Amino acid sequence: MLQYVLRRIGHAVLVLWAAFTATFFLLYALPGDASLTRAGIGSDSSQVSPQQLAQIRSELGLDRPVLVQYFETLGNTLRGHLGRSLQSGTPVKKLFAESVPSTLELAGAALLLAIVLGFAWAVLTVYVRWEPARTALGTVPALGVSIPIFWTGLIALDWLSFRWRLFPAFGNSGFSSLVLPAVVLAIPSASVAAQLLTRSLETTLASPFIATVQAKGASRLRILLGHALRNSVLPVLTALGMTAGHLIGGSVVAEAVFTRSGVGDITVRAVDFQDSPVVLFTVVFAATVFVVVNLIVDLLYVVIDPRIQLTAAPRAGARLQRAAA
Amino acid sequence: MTETDLAQQPPETALVLSGEDAVADARPPRLAVRSGRAERVRRAVGVIVRQPGLVVSILLLAVVVLAAWDPGLFTHRDPIAQDYPRLSGPSAAHWFGTDDAGRDIYARVVHGASASVKAVVVAVIVGLFVGSGLGLLAAWVGRLVDDIVMRVIDVLLSVPALLIALAFFTALGFGTIHIAIAVGIGNIASFARVMRAEVLRIKAFGYVEAAKFSGISRLRIVTRHVVPNALGPVFVLATLEVGLALLNISSLSFLGFGAPPPAPEWGSLVASGRDFLGAAWWMTTMPGLVVALTVLAANRVARSLEGNRAVAP
Repeated sequence: MLQYVLRRIGHAVLVLWAAFTATFFLLYALPGDASLTRAGIGSDSSQVSPQQLAQIRSELGLDRPVLVQYFETLGNTLRGHLGRSLQSGTPVKKLFAESVPSTLELAGAALLLAIVLGFAWAVLTVYVRWEPARTALGTVPALGVSIPIFWTGLIALDWLSFRWRLFPAFGNSGFSSLVLPAVVLAIPSASVAAQLLTRSLETTLASPFIATVQAKGASRLRILLGHALRNSVLPVLTALGMTAGHLIGGSVVAEAVFTRSGVGDITVRAVDFQDSPVVLFTVVFAATVFVVVNLIVDLLYVVIDPRIQLTAAPRAGARLQRAAA
Repeated sequence: MTETDLAQQPPETALVLSGEDAVADARPPRLAVRSGRAERVRRAVGVIVRQPGLVVSILLLAVVVLAAWDPGLFTHRDPIAQDYPRLSGPSAAHWFGTDDAGRDIYARVVHGASASVKAVVVAVIVGLFVGSGLGLLAAWVGRLVDDIVMRVIDVLLSVPALLIALAFFTALGFGTIHIAIAVGIGNIASFARVMRAEVLRIKAFGYVEAAKFSGISRLRIVTRHVVPNALGPVFVLATLEVGLALLNISSLSFLGFGAPPPAPEWGSLVASGRDFLGAAWWMTTMPGLVVALTVLAANRVARSLEGNRAVAP
């Protein structure tokens, strides 16, 4: 177990390093020149004298070979120096310290909502026996994965904030400003969870042990919640682990729609300004969230299904092995 | 009903069964050959007609593609001309209403189709070619190459597609084509995984071994025997990715990374209505509805293809 966790942490560090490296070379080796935006003239280099440009480049350290810049940035990152934003000169660490909590709050609330809504919806879909209602319940998640969240967000704003004035239209002030963004952000993930859990529950309900439980006289609700649910959760859990990344990506859009401050908000502004250090660490932040959530998901497997043993397999691909029954 | 059950039945029974209901229609295509081409076509049409949702989805996608190909088929209005009353709601004259500059929103949506459809096509093609190429390489060469490709895919999976796209824009600048390529890069991982799994499966078949022993060159085995058999699930994935790509592309366009105004793009059309929430609901609702319906239609068609595929052996 401990060996497994250590191995996974090693793998996680490798993934983070690779994400850092790939993003670094994407940002620093490709055309685009931060010194031009720094000079405040967009990408038109004719307005500034070559001397001025060279001076800005050397101030930013952009005149040195890419590899030197890479190892310096990597070394600084490992020592905890994330550099400064090119746009405002604020230390990147400070920017993130201010914005990460609000983004994690949003993504966390959305994840929680997605689990609750998705599970409740799937259980309801399987429980209802009247065919038209069952079909209708099964169709809604298909809608949920197809509707862009920027659109649902704006429609919610239009009706709930501007017309009925139930929720604030923007900002990060307290719980009431979190409700709309979290619900909107949760819809796609909740729909995916509902679809997978419905399918998984139907498979489980067809297995022989359910017939035994039925023969013993358990009610349908009891069979569903007490016996089938726990045996159907694993595929949904895996999918929810994968959605953690989507939630961070989606929070970029949600923050834009609801004018919330957060990582997404600073990133969109950083992209406009070619603010490479900020973009670099946003990518690393998203990868960190993904890696951590998926490690937790893997550890949860053992809690949910004790038959599963985590083994330190030689290949990270084959992570789980069912114990021989 | 399994393949062997069917094989044991006399052909007449199989034919009678085939006209019976939609479930029977979803049988393996191999059987259809026995009942002749006309019968197969008749049955395929039957399957589609019996699913009104699927018919509507196909029609809607056809309309979108036609609008992308020639917007003049659907509107004669200029998407940029500002010659109508400002901010008037949906009416018979302006189906989707007009915007704050007096432009017809319906015309803008119709003209915006071409950018969106082109971007989706580019995104899916980038993902399809690069992703399945990587998957093929990993599975066919194996060992170290496989390990390296799988690690690359792990990294691609760990960063959300939207953020990969943002890093890409920081380096290369904005524009519809950049959005398309960036979304395509985000697709690579899923294509590579499906292709790799398929090639690994096919590699283990006896006929590949037989081809090797017959002295056929490795390149020819890959191109003639492995790839054609692996492409089915990859194409199904491609249809599934169409809806997803459109969602990502319109989100990025909504965030303002697409073509600069006044060029109409579906995502930026929705974004332009943000300042008029509560005053002109149609500016956000109408273009967004078109995006949502198109994604829904694409997903519906993809799911029906996926379902047919899952039933086939």
